[in-house]
Amino acid sequence: MNYEAVIGLEVHAELLTKTKIFCSCTTEFGGEPNTHVCPVCLGLPGTLPVLNKKVVEYAVKAGLALNCEISKFSKMDRKNYFYPDLPKAYQISQYDLPLCKNGYVEIETSDGVKKKIGLTRIHIEEDAGKLMHENIDGSLVDYNRTGVPLIEIVSEPDMRTPEEAYLYLTKLKSVLEYSEVSDCKMQEGSLRVDTNVSVRPVGSNEFGTKIELKNLNSFKAVQRALEYEIKRQIKLIENGEKIVQETRRWNEQKGVTESMRSKEEAHDYRYFPEPDLVPIIVSDEWKEEIRKSLPEMPEHKKERFVSQYGIPEYDASIITSSKPLADFFEKCALEYSSAKTISNWIMGEMMRLLKDTGKEIDEVPIKPHQMASLLNLIDNGTITGSIAKTVFEEMFMTGKNPDDIVEEKGLKQLSNEDELREIAVKVIKDNPKSVEDYKNGKEKALGFLVGQMMKATKGKANPQLANKLLREELSK
Amino acid sequence: MSITKDEVIHVAKLARLKFTDEELEMYSHQLDNIIKYVDKLNELNTDDVEPTAHIVPISNVFREDEVMPSMDREKILMNAKEKEDGCFKVPKIIE
Ligand SMILES: [Zn+2]
Repeated sequence: MNYEAVIGLEVHAELLTKTKIFCSCTTEFGGEPNTHVCPVCLGLPGTLPVLNKKVVEYAVKAGLALNCEISKFSKMDRKNYFYPDLPKAYQISQYDLPLCKNGYVEIETSDGVKKKIGLTRIHIEEDAGKLMHENIDGSLVDYNRTGVPLIEIVSEPDMRTPEEAYLYLTKLKSVLEYSEVSDCKMQEGSLRVDTNVSVRPVGSNEFGTKIELKNLNSFKAVQRALEYEIKRQIKLIENGEKIVQETRRWNEQKGVTESMRSKEEAHDYRYFPEPDLVPIIVSDEWKEEIRKSLPEMPEHKKERFVSQYGIPEYDASIITSSKPLADFFEKCALEYSSAKTISNWIMGEMMRLLKDTGKEIDEVPIKPHQMASLLNLIDNGTITGSIAKTVFEEMFMTGKNPDDIVEEKGLKQLSNEDELREIAVKVIKDNPKSVEDYKNGKEKALGFLVGQMMKATKGKANPQLANKLLREELSK
Repeated sequence: MSITKDEVIHVAKLARLKFTDEELEMYSHQLDNIIKYVDKLNELNTDDVEPTAHIVPISNVFREDEVMPSMDREKILMNAKEKEDGCFKVPKIIE
């Protein structure tokens, strides 16, 4: 029998407000434990929460960017549970009247098929604190993160493969970054992902028993965990075993999902309307005002890059898939005349180094004007194209100016005719076989000899000049 | 009875409350009376009544997004039963 997976995702994103959702404490990441807390976010008796207006604006902005309906009327609710990272013993969230609902994200799979993934809802809520489990005799709690505003984005169970889940997350992250509502840094916990997955025979309309997966620290981890979990569930079904509804944890090292024992009443949250906060009404005027503040979204930027800068559509889609990368490209294009050249460098060397080092573009220290200087160094013949790659790598690692790198490492292009001619003569002498080939009409042999000259000069020889001198010497 | 003893035990567990058998008897009875009293509302026709989200008829009470100083950690931790390294210390959580 053939099976298909049914996947739904829950994404929590921290909003980029300066202050917490219900008090004026800073949301800044890091800081000594319990230095960004006050009686309100600690939930001390007698305090009252007051909603941060920006939280509503950012959530509506995200909702609009994700094609949602914005609720005219919504309210906050209490979700009750005991856990030490939650000082009030309840989390203020939204239950039946979320701020946004019925949106979608459009993805394009590797075989070029476009698919809309539905969004059930987006609601606002407060984050919990951080528990540190280092101690043998107890746990330590840091409440700095308590009360940082979050949006929870719940998808419909519309995804059928781990690849679709990965694409959905990538797209969602890009839209959130573009709308400037969240910085989506998974390593700092400002983006967190949980997923639900079940399997069923292809063609069935019923849902299988769903498993929730936790501890997913990257989008790749989500994809791998889903791949593993789907195989596990199919195997269970084929062996005639029953799948038990549970939460499982992804073990990155072992590459497996493991059962997490949880208390049976864990999901009895007894939601009720939050009496300390009044309802939120988003008028049409307010909504339109927020819509106007939305920056250009990825699709539009992509189309504009193609028409304005004349770069290929494929390059444009890669470059605009990340807002920081698109910004880098565009700033470089302001400093340097050929956008196509910049795009080639980004698609080539930049992407290669990002992949090799696992860095994010905003961790790369290269400034747009430095990129322009590098390209100018090639144009005015100071360095060769192949040396430029070496310089670029150094810039990528250290953020140094290209001129300084060229100076320090002595990478200037060799254009001294006498010097190069001497090397050409030596190369010809050392490679009689290629010389013979060339004389017998094999043009390719010349390429090899130019390569030898490059090697002899560590890539610094002016390639046109090397070519010319070799031809001259060979025709003697 | 409009509420069973098992339900009362469940709710008590969620609220981290522990009773004796006599207390269970007493609270079950009291809760039953409360629920019966509230049930009276079901006699009203509320078809055209909007659900009440809040008892005070106001909306959109907001704060501007401006940072104010947080509280001194000394003070924050003053009432903590146990503390360590600037943190509140709680019984070990096992996941
Ligand atoms: Zn606070």
